[in-house]
Amino acid sequence: MTDYDAVIIGAGHNGLICASYLAKAGKKVLVVDGRAEPGGCASTREFAPGFSVSDCAQWLSQFDQSIVKDLDLGGTGLKLSEQKATISLQPDGDHLILAGDTISGAGIDSADQAAYRDFKNMVRTFAKLMTTLYRGRPPKLVEQNWTDRLTLMKLGLGLKLMGRERLQDLMRIALINIYDVMNEHFSNAALKSAIALDAITGTNMGPRSPNTVYSYLHRVTGEHLAQTGTTQVMGGMGALGQCLAAAAEKRGATLRLGSAVQAIVKTEDRVTGVTLASGETVSAKLVISSADPTTTFRDLLGYHQMEAGIAKRVEHYRTRSGTAKLHLALSALPAFNGLTAEQLKERLVIAPSMDGMETALNPMKYRELSQLHTFDISIPTIEDAGLAPDGQHVLSAIVHYVPYAPDVGWEAGKPQLLRQLLSELEAYAPGIGAQVSASELIVPSDLEASHGMTGGNWHHGELSIDQALMMRPFPGSTQYATAVDGLYLCGAGAHPGGSLQGLPGRNAAKEILKRGALS
Amino acid sequence: MSDISRDTMLLTTPFHSRVEAMCDLNDWGNWMGYTTPNAYFDVELEYFAIRSTTGVFDLSPMNKYRVTGPDAQRYLDRLITRDVTKIGVNRVGYAIWCDDNGQVIDDGTIFRLDDQDYRICSYQRADDWLAWNTLGFDVTIENESEAVAGLAIQGPTSCTVLTLLGCTDLNQLKPFGIAHYTFEGRPLMVSRTGFTGDLGYEVWIPPESAEALWDQLFELGRDYLIKPIGSHALELARIEAGFLQANVDFMPAEEIVRVGRSRSPFELGLEWLVDFNKPLFNGRSALLKERAKGSRYRFAMLDVEGNKPAEHSFILKGDQQVGTVTSAAWCPTAKANIAYAQIEMPHGAVGDQLVAEIYYQRELHWTRLLAPCKVIDAPIFKSPKRWQTPAPPH
Repeated sequence: MTDYDAVIIGAGHNGLICASYLAKAGKKVLVVDGRAEPGGCASTREFAPGFSVSDCAQWLSQFDQSIVKDLDLGGTGLKLSEQKATISLQPDGDHLILAGDTISGAGIDSADQAAYRDFKNMVRTFAKLMTTLYRGRPPKLVEQNWTDRLTLMKLGLGLKLMGRERLQDLMRIALINIYDVMNEHFSNAALKSAIALDAITGTNMGPRSPNTVYSYLHRVTGEHLAQTGTTQVMGGMGALGQCLAAAAEKRGATLRLGSAVQAIVKTEDRVTGVTLASGETVSAKLVISSADPTTTFRDLLGYHQMEAGIAKRVEHYRTRSGTAKLHLALSALPAFNGLTAEQLKERLVIAPSMDGMETALNPMKYRELSQLHTFDISIPTIEDAGLAPDGQHVLSAIVHYVPYAPDVGWEAGKPQLLRQLLSELEAYAPGIGAQVSASELIVPSDLEASHGMTGGNWHHGELSIDQALMMRPFPGSTQYATAVDGLYLCGAGAHPGGSLQGLPGRNAAKEILKRGALS
Repeated sequence: MSDISRDTMLLTTPFHSRVEAMCDLNDWGNWMGYTTPNAYFDVELEYFAIRSTTGVFDLSPMNKYRVTGPDAQRYLDRLITRDVTKIGVNRVGYAIWCDDNGQVIDDGTIFRLDDQDYRICSYQRADDWLAWNTLGFDVTIENESEAVAGLAIQGPTSCTVLTLLGCTDLNQLKPFGIAHYTFEGRPLMVSRTGFTGDLGYEVWIPPESAEALWDQLFELGRDYLIKPIGSHALELARIEAGFLQANVDFMPAEEIVRVGRSRSPFELGLEWLVDFNKPLFNGRSALLKERAKGSRYRFAMLDVEGNKPAEHSFILKGDQQVGTVTSAAWCPTAKANIAYAQIEMPHGAVGDQLVAEIYYQRELHWTRLLAPCKVIDAPIFKSPKRWQTPAPPH
């Protein structure tokens, strides 16, 4: 007799969603997490006295609607903002505004608008096909069974129905880079770099890196999965974490927070439970890890407990990240050149030209600090005043490109980088530096430490074709079951990968139930 | 290794000066990048030295890896398919290792030199695979291939010759045992191992003493008809004795380019080397699946009618082609025409009657021969001397 049917490592959104589905099916599930609050990357934290921020993910744009429905999240009091427009800030104050399929400003003319609509139609078609694949387990290409064959047939049919021209487009661009695709479709530099920014967010890639078309399409799947556009969660992302935790507990799952898993226990030839930091061992029929694959295999199970080929795969799995977070406590609402106060609630991005972005990537590759960065800015306090003291504000920005371990070291590097980032912001928001009463810079190694993500990669492994679909995280451990008996994956390191969408957790639970792995 | 006067593409072994002096035929081959003799003076006579007196084979090109550290045993236990804990100190074990798909990478011998001190002797270069295997283990792998020279000294008078060399009480050494001596102040390790199926030893020595060892062996062994042997003579002996050869009887899984060309232990008749009682070793999951599902091929030893070696033959069952031959030889001592074949399942069970399609040529005249053959259950050459302790006097 085991203590539980399943122990889920990590109370992030995927772990909690997986737990909810399993508990809903009557399974006895325990979710354990070393962090005191549920939600993982959907977390809110006070970073300065009175100032709170979504300290990892800050936008919700891909959360799958089928999960909202299945887990009845609509009735839990979770409040989202209206859809945000994206405003790409320009040095001259003539900003590019992307709202739905409409673009304006920054010298955009009717030809640009038509090209943009065509482009969006195209990528939406591709993303729709991906969405179908994302909502199920990835098909194996060899050793397939009927489910896999059916999935592949549907995929084939979907490709066929796109029509010859679209299919040619997909085949042509799928493996190239967003830089070339942007230059093919658009002439407006601001538009190119605004879209390119979406392709590199959360990755370790520049616009010219192969796979950036895939990572862009991954993001566009959100238009089909979430259908909400980019939104802000009221109360910070932590509210989503709390809501998912409540949903899991309501269905009978047990949560143990502040209780880190120290090791995955293997008895003879299968995984039989976990050991907690307290020394306590919890046994279960299955251990389902929402931790990233490297943490799961290398740190929790240990390479000595698996066949060498798996260890080799894990070592080759790419988890680097160039993503940092900047949190500023502001004494007043900042003023940005060319923006009204009303516009400050939107998603503000600073994307230098595509060549600038590529140039900014270079120092990072060689463990140096860059002189140029991209910003994806949220000022959540405009719509959600509770996050800061009265009249004061929080600015949260996702920043690229920041090295994992600069040669200069973070003790010296952080103040230097903070000064650099503030000076870059100052160019768009003169006087913002003087408004900063407290600041926090979260570099990739901080994200790794605080959220347990190897390399600080918030997709739990680079979003690239060689690590996607039937190859995520790596061959032999796909379809949520790993090459180690009794160990499953349900985190972003499993298909269909990163971002706050919840599908790995949902798909893993469905696959486990379908296989009868808990019967 | 020994000095060479000009740049050559092939390396030479520490015994090369002596080997070259005795290689009357000047018939050389390339064995894993080393210049080695195919034959010294006459393949058959060399072969009969192995069977009747003593044959000396330079096996220095074999790859030797030293495995040390607190996790050495656990490391090897996951690497190889058999239970390494059953190999005691100063004992040797024959072993195979597989990749995660349960396909054989290589076979070799594991020498246990001390508690957590082992040496792997392998046919293939294994640096990359052994290095990957260290992940998660506190273990050090050192490639000792060039630091250890080796000779196989095989045949009925081999124990006597080595005893004359100073290997006291060598006749007490059990099969797969290791004994340590000194030669010219340097360590000389002797293991009762070999590739000929008869009484025989392998000696391991620092390269600096290689030439002196060779000289003394041939000096002391003259009355015991010691002879150098080349790879062709050894090939005859190993086929007769039932030993597989990597790159001949199977393709190392790490070198396979085409899908489906590698083989599992089951498909090579080596399942006796696989211990499923171990909870973890490379290939275990895949091999468990194969055991349940069945294998694609079966390794078969064939006793072929007639005296034409069935080299590269197709194996037929009725009109159907069911397999191919990997090694074949007319075996002089057993007086049998032996072939090793990979036979598609379900054919090739012991006792199965098959046909070897043999092509041979005499004076540019090709003849096709359909030779009946039978699957036999054990090697045709069996020498009780191989297993006797004390080693029998000749």
